[in-house]
Order: sequence, then C-alpha cells, then structure tokens
Amino acid sequence: MTAVPTSPRALRRARTRQSLARSWAAYRSQRAGMVGLVLLSAIVVLAVAAPLLVDQSQLSVTQATGGRMEPPSAEFPLGTDEVGRSILALTLWGSRLSLIIGLTATLAAILVGTAVGVTAGHVGGWYGWVALRVSDWFMVLPSLVVAIALLAVLGRSMGTTILVIALVSWSGTTRLVRAQTLTVQARPYLERARALGAGHWHQMTRHVLPNVLPLVLASATLLVPSAILMESSLAWLGLGDPNVVSWGSILNRASDNGAVSAHAWWYLLPPGLAILLVVLAFMMCGRALEAVFNPRLRGEGA
Amino acid sequence: MTLLEFEDLRVTYTGSRGRIPAVRGVDLAVDAGEILGIAGESGCGKSTLAMAVLRLLPRSAEVTGRILLDGEDLLTMGWGRLRAVRWTGASIVFQGAMHSLNAVHRVGRQVAEPILVHGEASPAKAAARAEELLERVGLPPSRARSYPHELSGGQRQRVMIAMALACDPDLIIADEATTALDVMVQAQVLELLTGLVAERGVGMVMISHDLSVLSAVCGTAAVMYAGRIVERGPAHEVFAQARHPYSAALGAAFPVIGDPASRGRPGGLAGDPPDPARLPEGCSFRPRCAVAVERCGSESPELVAVQGAERSSACFVAQEGGPVVL
Amino acid sequence: MTDGTPPSEPDRASGPAGDAADRGAPGAPAAPAAGARTRVSGGFGRYLLKHVAGAAVSLLLVLFSSFFIFRLIAGDPIDQLTRERPVSPEQRAAMRAELGLDQPMWKQFWDYITGTLTMDLGDSFQYRRPIFDLIVERLPATLLLSGTGMVLAVLLGFWIGARAGWRQGSRFDRGQVATGLLLYSAPTFWLGMIVILVFARYLGLFPVNGMRSPSTPPDFWSQAVDIGHHLVLPVLTYTAVVYAGYLMIMRSSVLDELGGDYLTTARAKGLRDDEVRRRHAVPNALLPTVTLVFLALGSVVNGSIVTETVFSWPGLGSLFVQSIFYPDRPVLQALFVLFSASTILAVLCAEILYWFIDPRIRRTG
Repeated sequence: MTAVPTSPRALRRARTRQSLARSWAAYRSQRAGMVGLVLLSAIVVLAVAAPLLVDQSQLSVTQATGGRMEPPSAEFPLGTDEVGRSILALTLWGSRLSLIIGLTATLAAILVGTAVGVTAGHVGGWYGWVALRVSDWFMVLPSLVVAIALLAVLGRSMGTTILVIALVSWSGTTRLVRAQTLTVQARPYLERARALGAGHWHQMTRHVLPNVLPLVLASATLLVPSAILMESSLAWLGLGDPNVVSWGSILNRASDNGAVSAHAWWYLLPPGLAILLVVLAFMMCGRALEAVFNPRLRGEGA
Repeated sequence: MTLLEFEDLRVTYTGSRGRIPAVRGVDLAVDAGEILGIAGESGCGKSTLAMAVLRLLPRSAEVTGRILLDGEDLLTMGWGRLRAVRWTGASIVFQGAMHSLNAVHRVGRQVAEPILVHGEASPAKAAARAEELLERVGLPPSRARSYPHELSGGQRQRVMIAMALACDPDLIIADEATTALDVMVQAQVLELLTGLVAERGVGMVMISHDLSVLSAVCGTAAVMYAGRIVERGPAHEVFAQARHPYSAALGAAFPVIGDPASRGRPGGLAGDPPDPARLPEGCSFRPRCAVAVERCGSESPELVAVQGAERSSACFVAQEGGPVVL
Repeated sequence: MTDGTPPSEPDRASGPAGDAADRGAPGAPAAPAAGARTRVSGGFGRYLLKHVAGAAVSLLLVLFSSFFIFRLIAGDPIDQLTRERPVSPEQRAAMRAELGLDQPMWKQFWDYITGTLTMDLGDSFQYRRPIFDLIVERLPATLLLSGTGMVLAVLLGFWIGARAGWRQGSRFDRGQVATGLLLYSAPTFWLGMIVILVFARYLGLFPVNGMRSPSTPPDFWSQAVDIGHHLVLPVLTYTAVVYAGYLMIMRSSVLDELGGDYLTTARAKGLRDDEVRRRHAVPNALLPTVTLVFLALGSVVNGSIVTETVFSWPGLGSLFVQSIFYPDRPVLQALFVLFSASTILAVLCAEILYWFIDPRIRRTG
C-alpha cells in the first residue's frame, strides 16, 4: 500500500479528494439536483451582479421616474410600484437581501446546532439530556409565533431578523447531529482511538465532525429555503428592516398599497416567483445532497 | 398423480451487477400426499424456487420454463386467474414469521383474510374458521385476538401454518418453516405438518438447509447447489448414502442424534458458495470438491440416473460409480 | 393504575402468555395471564405520567419565556399604552399600580402564572376588553379555517403520498413530487394574494376577504353557505402550501415498508395490488407518521397566522398580527402562550395516541 512514500497528511488529502469526487459523481447523476444547482447559480450571479445591472439610485423613492403602478412597458419591463420605481430593479436588488439573510441565519443556526449536537452526543450525561430537551422544546414551538413575538419586542432590523430566524431553526440540526454523533461513536475505530488515549477535542474534530459534516451540509441546504420563506413572511407582515428592500418587503408594500385590488399583477408576480424559484432551487439541491449523503443509502453501498 | 411440476425452470435477476442466474434449469415433481424436500445452503436458489411458484418474485426477476399446478401453467396464466390460484391452489408457510405477519393486525384477522379475499365465507364465518384453524395447530382460539408480537416464536409459526391451511390448498410450501425454532418446538411443528399431509392428502414442498430434518419427514429429497438440482432420490437414502459430494457434506454438517460415529466425521464444508454472477466453468461445485477429476473443470455434469431409476446425481464421479466421500 | 387498560387491549383471560424472552422483556419472568394484564396497564400509567410530566415542564417553560420576552426584554408598557401622550407622574403611578407593575418582579411573575392558569389574561390595550373574551370570540373562526385546511391537507397528502411511494419512480410519483415541491416552495401569503387576484378579482367567483357578508340573512343556512363561500379561497391556499409536507412524509414511510415480508404474504394470499397497499402497507406506514402530523401543528399555526392575515379572516392569527402594530402587548403575550401551549399539547396527544395505535410500543413502554 505504501509503495510510494507519502506522508499521512498527503494520504488523508488524497482520500478526501477521492471521496469528494465520488460524492460529486453521485450528485451529478441526479437530474433534479443538477437543475437546482444551475438555477441557484444563475440566481446568485444575478444577485451579485445586481449593482452592475441596475443603479442603486433606482431604488430611491424620491428619484423614481415612472408613474404610479404602471403596467410593463419598454422602459419598465416589469412595470412600476406605487411611487414609480421599476419592479425589475426592486426584484433584482431584493435578491441580495433575501439570500444574505437566508444564508447568514442558516449558517448561525447550523453552527449552534452542530456545536450543541456534537457536544450533547459526545459528552452525554446530564448536559446531553438538558441540551436534547431544550432543542425538543424549540422544535415543538410554532416558529413564526416565536419569531413575531421576539421581533415585536426586539425591534426591526436585519440583525434581529437574522437572530430570530437562527433561533427558531437551530434545533433540528442539533437532533440530527446528536443522533449521528452517537452512531459514529459506537464505531470500533473510535473505540480504538479512545483506547489509544485520544482526547475529547481530538475525537470530536478528527473523527466525529468529519463524519457528521456531510449530513449537516445536506440539512443546511434544506434549512436555507425555510429561512428565506420565514424572512419573506416576516417582511411581508411588516416586521422586516424598513431601510432595505427584500422580496418580502416589496410584497408588503404591494399589499399595503392595494396592488391586488388594482389588479397590478406585475407588482405581485416577480418578487413572489423569485422567492418560489430560490426556495425550489435550494430544495432540489438539498434533496439531491440528502440522497448522496443519506447514511442508509451509504450503508448499502459499503 | 402429479400435483406440482417444474419443467426446466430458470430464474434470472437483472440488477446493477448484470444478469444473475438464481435458478438454472430445475425439473422436479410433487405428487398429492407426498412431501418433497429441497435442501441447500442459503443463496442456492431454493427460496427463489418457492417464491416462483406463486409468482411472488420482484419484477426484476425473469422466469422461464413451466410451473404446472394441477396441469395448469402458473407462469402464463392471467393475473385474475393467478390471484384466484394463490392460497387456494398453493399456500406458503414463510420463513421468519415475525416479519411475515403484519404487526398491526390481530392474528385472527390475518388467518381469516384469505378466506374473505377468495369469497369463501362471510366475515363472521371466516372469523370462526380462523379460530378453528388456530385450535387445529394447537393454539387456544382466544389467541386470534393477539398481535404477532404477543406470541412466542413457535406460536407465530403455528399461526403461519393455520394461515396456510385457511383455503384448503392442494399444495403447501414450507420455506424454512422450522429453522428459527428451538429443537422441541421444531419437532412439534414438523409433526403438525406431516400429520396434515397424511390426513388431508395435500402435497408439500419442504425447504430447509437441514438435510437431517428432511430425511426424517420427506419421501423424496432434492439437493440444490448454485441454482441446480445436484442430487435427487428417496430422502433417507440421499442423507445416509449420498451420491454427490455436496449432499454428503451437507448431510455431515448436522450430527445425527444417537449416532456417535457421526460426531467423529469431519462435518461442514470449506469455502463459500459460488457467486451466482461469476460461476466457475464446468461443475459449479468443483472449487470446493474433494473428489473432482479433470473433466469437472470443463464440462458441467447433467442430472442422470445412478443406481436405478429412483436416484439421480449430477456428479461425474458418482455417475461412474466412484465414491463421493474420501 | 390497573384501571388504565386501553379498550383495544387484547383479552388475555385465557391462554398462556407468550414466553417473556420472545416479547422483548429480557429478565422479566413469564407472568401468568392476570399478571400480564397488570403489567401492561402499569406500563401505560408510567408511559402517560412520563409524557404528561414532560409536557408540563414544557408549558412552564413557555410561561417563563413569555414573561421574560414581554416583561423583561420589552420596555415599559406604559410608554406604549399612553402612546407618547403627555401624562402626569401621578397618572403614570396609578396606571402602574393598576397593571401591577409596582410590585416586585417575583410577585409579578407569580401573579402572571396564577392569572394565566386561571384564565385571567388581563385586558387588551386596543379593545379595552378581557383578552379571554376576545379569544373565545375568535377561536371558532381559526378552528374552522385551520381545521378544514389541515384535514384536507392530511387526507390529500397521505392519499397521494401512499400511491406515489407505492409506485416509486413512476410517472405519477415524479409528477406528484414535483407538483408538491413547487407548491411547497411558494410563500403562503403570496399564493394567497395570487389566489385572490385570480379567483376573486378577475373571475369574481369568491369574496375577496373576511368570513361573512353583512348583507346575508341571519338564518342558519344562509349564514352557513355564506361562511362556506368565504372559506373556499383561504382553505385552498392553506391546503396547497401544506399538503406537500404530508405527501413527502407518507411517501417515505411507504417506501420504508416496501421490502416488508408481510407484503409478500399478503400478495401470496391473493390480494390485489391496491388491497395490499391499502390493507397492509398503509396501516403500517401510518404509524410513524402520526407523531409527525401532530408535530406539524406548529406549521399549522404558522400557516393560519399568514392565511388569516392575507384573507382578513377574523381569527386568532389575524388578531396576533394586528396586535404587533398597535402594540397590544397583553394580547401578544396571551396568544404566544396559547399557540405554544396548543402545539405542546398536540405533541402530547400524539404520544398518547401512539400507545393505542401501535401495539408494538406497549412492550417497551
């Protein structure tokens, strides 16, 4: 096996590369996953390039050039809102905020959830029991109710929105990670590592985490769409940051200004379809990742 | 008269590893009132054979040849006719009663279900019949109201037998019906099954990996290896005086109670059964065979009569009258 | 504890109990028939006690956190109550005394707990009425909308999910999963707006919002038809968004059952394919889904808040949203507790129900 002299580090890197290549091949074979990935890439490119495509001044209420709720025209391909701003510009810029909030809140939730889950599974005992109960409690509570209650007392800003969404989403990851940690810990090689005197930190970072991460990645991909949906619901209810444009806040203005009774479909469709597409893209990717990393399926392959 | 007949039955699975032959040309027959034993290691195709009778194999399985039940070919009959034949013409006592019973239904309902499906009685009559059947297999009728997990392994196996009797089938297939049971219960269940054959004149196919069990209850025994019958003959003779090295090894794998000599004999068999996707050339038993000759590596032996019409063997050595055990 | 025998418990009066080892109770002596009966119902008592205690702790945590959020994080309610109108310090002190804010914190907390438990929830700032009365008044509308929506979503989702899972990979399966995912991805409020735009504004088939029209005659049937007419669009919206979740739950549960040996037994007995699915696969697949359906009550609450708001449905969800902006903190607090408590109780119900419908759980307790 060691015909070519290699350091353990290089060996490990090679093995990681190999397993990544295997996972990628498995992912590529799923059509829905690939469609989702392409769709997602397109949306991200548009969101990143938004400032190049549309000048920020177009979002200003005072500098708006169009008329009140004008239907689509050559100048405004998707019509205008109640103060005459381009819906296309608003939707393009809205993507940035929806994605940023969705991704940041998910990242925070995943970090907390993984940390609590791994420690709960690894340390166990009294701490593990309490951690599990608390995450169960958060899982049962109606997330929107908690989010609304907290935003109502904390005040509206991007920071509080992210905080609140992360707070209502971390518990699922905890459960998942804890269960996976327990499974990994029961494996013989970890017993051997313990017997060889491996410390807690070494066990967690070298053995438990690498085995848990693929699943976390899959569940994170499925958590982003629910964070985006939650953000849009909160913003639509009027609980979003009043100083920024997100898809939810565009629809909030549409509701408040009677876009439905004015039959202004061009005001409603673009931001709503944008949410739908992003959520769908993330769901397709997440489901494909889940199929790749599902421990059950992986067990069959081995 | 012949009740069940296999004619050149072949079953091939198509999977990710390509085409895998599980059964490779089996000819067998069972008469009414007779018990046919089929012996072999797990994976030799004997359960596939059992499932093929009622066409219960997954869609990926390709079945060719003929399976005649009372002269009717099961493989070509329409779905409606097949459903009518299932359980009334032939029923199966599955292995692993715990999983073969539905965990959320009471056992009485499960025993009565085929009676209702085939429209043989009203629900009340079917329920009464289910209790009768349970009593018949030695369970108190009140057990009808139990769930499978409330019964012991032996009791569950009895429920399976009661269920198999529900529609008075002409043929019963017992697939490892006693394997999971301890010796005492195994003896009781075997007695129950043989009693049924004697008293109702049904035909039975008993599948087991334990040749000694088969030799005690079956008239005829067939030994299967890698999807083929390698030896056939009167059960006690196949067991006591094998005409194929594989039968000999299979028989030696189980000690005979009361025969001290059998303990001293080297039992068991080295090596594993061949991978059905990559069978060796020639005789498929050759890699594990102690008496193989040169011819075994290139030619595949057919099942031909040895020592009179009753016995046949698919072994060149036995066909030439040589000893199959060293 | 012996009187807790569930009605569906099989009669063990006759016949020996199965041997203990076989029933997953290692070490337990083979009990005589009567002993077995006591042991099982004792198991239920313990099971019930454990879960009721768990729910009680969760409820207490909800009370505690609502006090924490609304009394400690949120500022002085007097500022919001007076809405920045100039008030004299005397008036302020009087209001504080009336609301009990002059008491020490532990006393306030105690009064809050006892008040909530005795249904004395205080008065609403915006309606100047007892919150309890408000809730009683609006509860039926919420139950009607979310109850109808949830039942429809569960039935539709399970029906499609069972069929899709049974024929995994078929055109039906792929089509239904795709449709479900698409609807699941739509934000509820947006779908509601589109539904109103199309069915109420353009086609004029249904009312735009509300629960009844003022012009309807007061007799029962006219009222019922009117409410039904108003109910269609909100229920449609709600069901469309939620059913996909149930579809996926049922589908994967059926997939888990597909390899089951008992299905082969059922086929061998001569059952038709759809009979095997309905009588054998689905009842087994239903078991693990029951808890999930009740666990999903959280999403039912989420969905009804948004749906009620889009359609101005006069229920608790729209009251909750309305109270954010007044701001009517006592109502927010009361509804926070009510919504959270109902999901906790729903989970408790699921756990109790699980005991009765899954005969297997009884041996492990």
